[in-house]
This record gives sequence, C-alpha cells and structure tokens, in this order.
Amino acid sequence: MKWARTTAIVFLLAVSAACLLANVIAPSSYAHQFREEPNASPSRQHLLGTDDLGRDRFSRLLYGTRVSLLLAPAAGLLTSLLAAFVGGIAGFAGGWVERCVMAGTDLFLSLPWLFLLITVRALLPLNVSPIVSVLITFAMLGCLGWAGAARIICADAGALAQSDFILLARASGSAGFRLLWRHLLPNLKPVLYAQFWISVPVFILTEANLGILGLGVAEPLPSWGSLLRELEGFSTASAQPWQLVPLILFILVVSSFHLVLTKEELPV
Amino acid sequence: MAHRRTRPGPKYLEWPAEGIETLSALPKLAGKILITVLIGGFLGATLVRLAPGFGVDEEDLDSRLSAQSIQALRAKEAREPNLLAFYFRYLNRLLHGDLGISRTLQRPVLQLVAERLPETLKSVVLGLALGWSAGFFLAVAIVMSRAWYLDLLGSLLVGILLCLPAAVLALLFVLAQAPARLLLGLVVFPKIFRYSRNLLARSSALPHVLTARAKGLGNMRVLVWHILPMAAPQLLALLGVTVSVAFTAAIPMEALCDIPGIGQLAWKAALGRDVALLVNLTMIVTLVTLVANSASDLLGRTFRVSEA
Repeated sequence: MKWARTTAIVFLLAVSAACLLANVIAPSSYAHQFREEPNASPSRQHLLGTDDLGRDRFSRLLYGTRVSLLLAPAAGLLTSLLAAFVGGIAGFAGGWVERCVMAGTDLFLSLPWLFLLITVRALLPLNVSPIVSVLITFAMLGCLGWAGAARIICADAGALAQSDFILLARASGSAGFRLLWRHLLPNLKPVLYAQFWISVPVFILTEANLGILGLGVAEPLPSWGSLLRELEGFSTASAQPWQLVPLILFILVVSSFHLVLTKEELPV
Repeated sequence: MAHRRTRPGPKYLEWPAEGIETLSALPKLAGKILITVLIGGFLGATLVRLAPGFGVDEEDLDSRLSAQSIQALRAKEAREPNLLAFYFRYLNRLLHGDLGISRTLQRPVLQLVAERLPETLKSVVLGLALGWSAGFFLAVAIVMSRAWYLDLLGSLLVGILLCLPAAVLALLFVLAQAPARLLLGLVVFPKIFRYSRNLLARSSALPHVLTARAKGLGNMRVLVWHILPMAAPQLLALLGVTVSVAFTAAIPMEALCDIPGIGQLAWKAALGRDVALLVNLTMIVTLVTLVANSASDLLGRTFRVSEA
C-alpha cells in the first residue's frame, strides 16, 4: 500500500498548495457577490458556478479548504502537545500522579464529544468576527481532543520509563526534566506523530458537522462545514452536480489523511 | 487451561468465581459512575457559571428595553455569586427531580427529556442493531471466506463512510427521503466492521486456530469455538463505545431530519445559548454512556473469567 500512501501525500500537498495560493488562483474573493448571477451554472468565469448569494463557488471552495487544511493540523498539533504533556508526565511519574491524571482523562472521555463541543460553543460570545469564530472553533477542537491520545501516550511513556535505557540514563545521573526531555520525549515521537495524523481528519469531520449545524465558522468566511451545508439546497430535480464538488474533495482529502498512516501506525 | 477459582467451603455452598467477581465489581462500577457524574456535574455547573456569556442575553441587546429593565435582567441572571453554592443548589434540585426550566423553550427540562429521550433511544437501539449486525457479519464473512474481493468491497465502503460526517449523511438521507433512523446504523457500521475484522483476523491467525483448521474442523466450528471466544471480550468492550458514537451522531441526524429527540433539543439549545439545558442534556447522555460502557465492560470481564 506504499503507492496509496505516496498518492495520498502528493494529493494533500497539491491541494494544500492550491489553497495556499488561493489569492492568486481564485477568480474573486470568497465574499464577493455577483448580484446579477445568483445560482449561476459553471462557466469560464465561475468554474463551479455561483451560490444563491452570487458568490463564486470555486473561490469559496479554495478559501474554505484553506481554512480547514491550515487549522485542522494546527488543532491536531495543539491536541498532540497537550496529550504529550499530560500523558507524558503521567506515564513518567507513575503512581498516584498517573492514577489521578488517568481518572481525569476517563472523565473527559466519558463526556459525549459533540454534546461537549456544542455546549462549549454555546458558551462563547455571540458577537465575534468570522476570523475569531474560526479560531475559536479549531482551538476548541484542539483543547477538547487530547484525552484519547493522552491515554495512549501515558501507556507508552509508562512502558518506556521502565525500559533499560531509561534505567541506564538514571544510573548515569540523568533525572527529572532532563530525563523527560532528552530521553523519553524523543522516543514518544512515533506515537505523537500517529496521534497527530489520526486527529487531523477527526477535526475536519467535526468542524464539518458543526458547520452544517450552524455552530461552526461564521459567515461569510467559508469552511468545509459551511460549503457542505449548501447540500441542503441540493435537489436531484434541478440537477446541479457541480454542487457535489466540495463533498467529493472533502471525501478525497479525509481519505488521504487516513491513508497517510501505515497499517502498523494505526490503532486496531 | 486455567484453574477454575471457587469460594472455599462445603461443596454445596460453592459459588462460581465469575459470578462473585461480577457481583463484587458492581458497587465499584456504580461508585465510579456516581463520582464521574458528580465531578462532571460540577464541571458543567462551573462552565455555566464562569462562561463569558453567563448573565449576558440576547435580550440585553434589545434596544426597546430600558436601562432599568436590562439591569433587572442582569440582576436575575447573577443571583448566585458563589460557585459551590450554585452547584449544591443545583445538586439539591437534581435530587428532587428538578432539572430546572429551559430558558429558550420555557418548559421544565425533565419534561422535555422525558418526551424526547424515548425517540433518541429508539433511534440509537435501531442504529446499533443495524450497525452491529451489518459490520460484524461482513467482518465474519471476510475473515472466514478470505475472499479478497469482499475485503476490497468492504474496505472501500467503510473508507467512504468514515470520510463522511454524520451531518452530510443526514443531508443525503433527507435528499433521498430515506428512513432517517437507519442513519445511525451507517455511522456505527464502519467502526464495528473495521474493529471486528482486524480482531477476528488476528484471532484467526493464532496457533491454536491454525491447528484446529489443520485438523479439519469446519469453518463454523472454528469460528464459534476458537475465534469468537478470543475476540468476544474486546468486541463487548466496543459495544459501550458505539453507544457513545450513536448518541453523538444523533445530534445531526435529529437536527437535520427533524426527529424530536434529545439530539435535536441539544442543537436547539446550542443555537439559543440555553447552556443550562445543554449541560443537563450532556450529563444525561454521559450517564447513559457510562452505564453502557460499564455494562459492556462487566460483560467482557465476565466472559473473560468464564473463558479462563
């Protein structure tokens, strides 16, 4: 399956490059309304037509993909760092520290994810700008997604703390933070890497769920959630298959993220 | 074969060890659930009390209201300054079966939950039954037949389903005018399939299974007597996890397919910033999830002990 992994990485790089160059590639701004052309069919000017407000769908797709592709990995990084911090310290310290931290993690894991997210989202101020709303959404995902990864990292850190090379390092006088930083954390890198890649598609999917429910990124800033929400207006009778392009791209990107990890790196 | 542990004493008083272990685990699990709910409730109350939006309402922005009215509204929201007192008052009301009044719907939360929970439970049970039977039987078929085309087909289907958010599935169900309650089955199915297939494949590669096959045992006997008992505890543990997955997916399903369950209620509460209702709903779903997790954990443990 090496070819599938390589294809997925190349595809993700291509999509990321296209999104980063959105300012150059996109024919117009994501918020610009062509008032004379609402719900227009694809044309040379509007490759994917326009939405009901006359905004260019292709531009919105590029900018929306950029939002999700930049911020989901950022949220994944935040989650991985939090998990490394919490799980690493718990596993390294062991004893009552580990028990307390794991009890907290269990509590966190027993809370239903989407219920928790919409509760926290509902607590946040209403009058925020679209940019702040997008940052809040992904920061919230990053801050609330650490528990599962922390458990795995804690188990690995606990096993590593008992290993021969750590005992040797301890015997050589290495202790505390130095031991954690120089010996333990570098050996946790593969687990952290796997957790990071697992969390990215999860966050993309969750943002899409929140966006479709109207609890994600605020308009007019596009994200995959708001782009997929347009499917509400999709009708088989009117036959506008280009409306399905965001969904197809979404499936391709999320499946590419799934393919990036090798079978050995994936949990059962 | 492990030694079968029994309580010492006269033979007629002997109790099966697995029964004792299951019974002794019950109070511990109940205590764990209670502590989790209490801490979760406290965190929920803290969230409500310390949230930046607490005490601020859409009504505050209503330009028709006078300064005195807005002051009165704010004073009403900020009645309880002490967090612990706020929590104990909340707990006290909870013990008396009072979950408060929904601010947006102006109805008692308990009444709303009593009306809507059966709808969600119906969807969850149907979804779990569908997802489990489809996922598990497809995994068994693939592992036992070792047909590559079936594996490829299953993997492709699961790959696509795993890439679709539950909300998109709900929209597609609305467009196709398909029965919405089946949606939860599609959300649960890929998780069951992937996990069961990997687990069954791993169990079927164990030396004793290979020996059983080499001795000429039929597929069904190998599955029932040698593969399933090895995989059963972990599969049972997955049952609890899928309950949580199904409840989570119930929000987009009910919101978009217009099913009056607690998922839809939570969505409406989120849109109306009815945090108190949301916290109560989250606590109820947490409780259901915890009970399901503990039950599946207990089942798995009993199975493991009786297997030993």
